[in-house]
Amino acid sequence: MAEHREFLTRRLHSLLGVIPIGIFLVQHLVVNHFAVYGEENFNKAADFMHGLPFRLLLEFVVIYLPILFHAILGVYIVFVARSNTKNYGFFRNWMFVLQRVTGIITFVYIVWHVWETRIQIGSQGADYSLMEGILSSPFMFWFYIIGLIATVFHFANGLWSFFVTWGITQSPKSQKIATYATVVVFLALSYVGVRTLITFAYGV
Amino acid sequence: MAEQKTVTFIITRQAGPDSAPYKETFNIPYKKNMNVISGLMEIRQNPVTADGKKTSPVQWDMNCLEEVCGACSMVINGTARQSCAALVDQLEQPIRLEPMSTFPVVRDLIVDRERMFDALKQVKAWIPIDGTHDLGPGPRMPEKKRQWAYELSKCMSCGVCLEACPNVNDKSNFIGPAALSQARLFNAHPTGEMNASERLNGLMEDGGIDGCGNSQNCVQVCPKGIPLTTSIAAMNRATNIQAFKNFFGSDNAH
Repeated sequence: MAEHREFLTRRLHSLLGVIPIGIFLVQHLVVNHFAVYGEENFNKAADFMHGLPFRLLLEFVVIYLPILFHAILGVYIVFVARSNTKNYGFFRNWMFVLQRVTGIITFVYIVWHVWETRIQIGSQGADYSLMEGILSSPFMFWFYIIGLIATVFHFANGLWSFFVTWGITQSPKSQKIATYATVVVFLALSYVGVRTLITFAYGV
Repeated sequence: MAEQKTVTFIITRQAGPDSAPYKETFNIPYKKNMNVISGLMEIRQNPVTADGKKTSPVQWDMNCLEEVCGACSMVINGTARQSCAALVDQLEQPIRLEPMSTFPVVRDLIVDRERMFDALKQVKAWIPIDGTHDLGPGPRMPEKKRQWAYELSKCMSCGVCLEACPNVNDKSNFIGPAALSQARLFNAHPTGEMNASERLNGLMEDGGIDGCGNSQNCVQVCPKGIPLTTSIAAMNRATNIQAFKNFFGSDNAH
């Protein structure tokens, strides 16, 4: 048997995007939505997440290492593509380009986000006032909005190609239904996230 | 008829594989129902550019002239397609002809599509039936399945899907959609099925099926309407299962 290293790394890349990164993303957006229910609720939830047993190990295994792998290989994938929407302006081809554009935006956003809300503050957990302070600046608010929308798009559209890559949706019909389903995922998660950001920024 | 109508071609030319490309413009007399190839034939008869300079005749590849052989593929007004099936009346003028950029140029509009045949070799897109003695008739194929497989067998290795694919380029080693679909065709054949795992392992080699980025341009541009993206998804499923069999072990891994 040949080694098939390229095949296996690309399959791992596809898998990690959904499990665990995608699942973490959903969880992260939902837990942060506690902010909408008030400062106290958010801090309680943040403390709970921060106080999870084996937190550092969980962070590395579930979040940092998978994202690092996905991001580094992802940047390589972006650079070996030659987008051609000018001559072939089909819907999926635009999604192909947007998947790569949002991937790069997401990468930049996540680096900044992790630095600001995790590394910079050391071992104490993030709380409501930290996010309030960051997002009260209009520039940072819009940076977060763009980063969030890009991340959610990258996840939703990535979920669509995950279903193709793993051979789940084969027929054109199932792929079309999957498109609608992932649009719903995109809209729903965007709402969950944007609503939270608005609360942090404007207290409503 | 006071004035004769003309058709303008702007052609990207290249003297040889290593020379620099350049553009030449030709005005040729319009004929009813002409296609790009008859325009090129007109230029060959009288190779004079729009500004009256005598030049060498433009070289191109062609064979069947009925969109079956795939030889005359080129980029016409930005999109790759067969020049025999490109009718001048349906094209915006001036008509811009370029060689397909995915392949090395031999001369002018002629490209070398050898990488497509290398790809077919990688996925073993054939059915080994030769033995040292008569192996007898193979298993029969259900008629319904034959009709279905016939659609996949229409591939003429014309290269249009590779040209339209954003992941097939000089920076990547992706073999392109055509060969992926051919592996599916031969794996569906009752005799070809006996070597299915060899083709799947070929698809998992470097440059194989993992190079697909799901832009789905291939299925949109295929002149034969081959369900390429369905083939790719089907082969994704099959290669995944094969990979699990290879790793965990299975009596059906062959």
